[in-house]
Amino acid sequence: MNSTANQQQSVSVEVHGLRKSYNGVEVLHGISLEVARGEVFVIMGPSGSGKSVLLKHIIGLETPDAGEILIEGERIDAEGVADKYRMAMVFQSGALLNSLNVGENVGLYLREHRLKPPAEIDRIVREKLELLGLKGVEGKSPGELSGGMKKRVAIARALVIDPQLILYDEPTSELDPLMAVTIGEEILDLKERIQVTSIVVTHDRDLAFGVADRIAVMNEGKVIAIGTPAEVKRNPEPLVQRFLTVDFKPQPQETYAKHT
Amino acid sequence: MFQSIGEMVVLFLRTLQALPKLWRQKQKVFDQLFEIGNASLLMACILSLFIGGVISLQTGPLLAKYGLSGSIGGGVGTAMCKELGPVMMAILIAGRIGSAMAAEIGSMRVYQEIDALRTMNINPIHYLVLPRIVAISVALPMLVIFSILVGWFGGAMVAAGNEKIGITVQAFFSNLRQVVEFADVMHGLIKSFVFAVTIGVVSCAQGLQTIGGPRGIGRSVTKAVVNSIVLILIFDYFLTRFLLYFEK
Repeated sequence: MNSTANQQQSVSVEVHGLRKSYNGVEVLHGISLEVARGEVFVIMGPSGSGKSVLLKHIIGLETPDAGEILIEGERIDAEGVADKYRMAMVFQSGALLNSLNVGENVGLYLREHRLKPPAEIDRIVREKLELLGLKGVEGKSPGELSGGMKKRVAIARALVIDPQLILYDEPTSELDPLMAVTIGEEILDLKERIQVTSIVVTHDRDLAFGVADRIAVMNEGKVIAIGTPAEVKRNPEPLVQRFLTVDFKPQPQETYAKHT
Repeated sequence: MFQSIGEMVVLFLRTLQALPKLWRQKQKVFDQLFEIGNASLLMACILSLFIGGVISLQTGPLLAKYGLSGSIGGGVGTAMCKELGPVMMAILIAGRIGSAMAAEIGSMRVYQEIDALRTMNINPIHYLVLPRIVAISVALPMLVIFSILVGWFGGAMVAAGNEKIGITVQAFFSNLRQVVEFADVMHGLIKSFVFAVTIGVVSCAQGLQTIGGPRGIGRSVTKAVVNSIVLILIFDYFLTRFLLYFEK
């Protein structure tokens, strides 16, 4: 592993002309964006707009049909580049291994790659879990945890890698507002503490505007707006404005009565 | 279908490639061995006892009719070693263990656990497939040895207890010893090893190909079991033809 690349705490990400189709249906139509070192970059958009697919390409879980992804200027699909940088992903469901307990899940990366002795791994696991307010849950199985706890365990598992880039896929989905705020604070806290580059995919407007340095709005596989939160708020594109301002409007009582 | 076969062959080759790293997964191999033994031993015992018994019951009276009841031990012994032990155990394991493998790996795929492994640079073939295929390849031949012994015992009990056959347990085993050779047992063990690899590869491949939710997992489990059994029976024929060349 390149020692300079390994020592720096965050990495830059560039996506150029990314295209991807599934069964003849194009879901990413030439996406291009850049994420600076140490930035919290939020990708917003309605469900089915291709946000999670984009994230999977960045971490290397999917291969693009066209276009390229660069980490620190190097193509992610080039020999050895994916192994050179420490990247982690927090999945929407947490994706904790159900056959392992919480401690084993968090320590999995270190154990499987034999990076530390078992006692050291146990200490690191306890430390990372405590960092996320999860003291004493090492022995529990993922099934015993609430949705918020699973997400925080998934973040702890990502932190064990000591990542230079963390990707979050819908980190606040299925969470109550209090827990959503806690997760948002964790993202900001990690940025402050370890200067990690973060890419957050979400359709939670509060989270996006609460944590983002910059925001990209996607719709139907295209980036339709990109900029700082203030710039995106001012973007005149009707789809962007609709996505950012649409709210629940209860029907008047008489209309409801008419329907029933 | 050809794509599916191709994926299974690729998975098998990648598992072979990963064999030198097996020592790192030894704990998982032991866990899987325990799982297979624990889940199958009682079933294997009951199945083998009754298979041995029913061969005796079907062939014994017929042999007795022609005055050949003394040769029933050899018949039951050979059938259990070369054919029924390996094939019936393989079918049992395909249903009991192959289905569990496909369901476990399938649900890991559906719930993104395999994606999570890949983001941590953990190869799912090393972590999930290799220990399972190695464990089943060790466990099935051992279960077949157990099945052969219990089957012989079941055959002997029925032969001794059925008045139409009317031979003693000692006479049954004396004939068995004269007829059954070590090569016959090896014949069954070679078959069972091939069947075990088949079940492991088919079940893991089906699990890794799972798409969709719980319905997708169910579909993978069904495919894993059906495809394993079909392949076991096809391979059984060709293996028998192949192994018969080496017999005197």
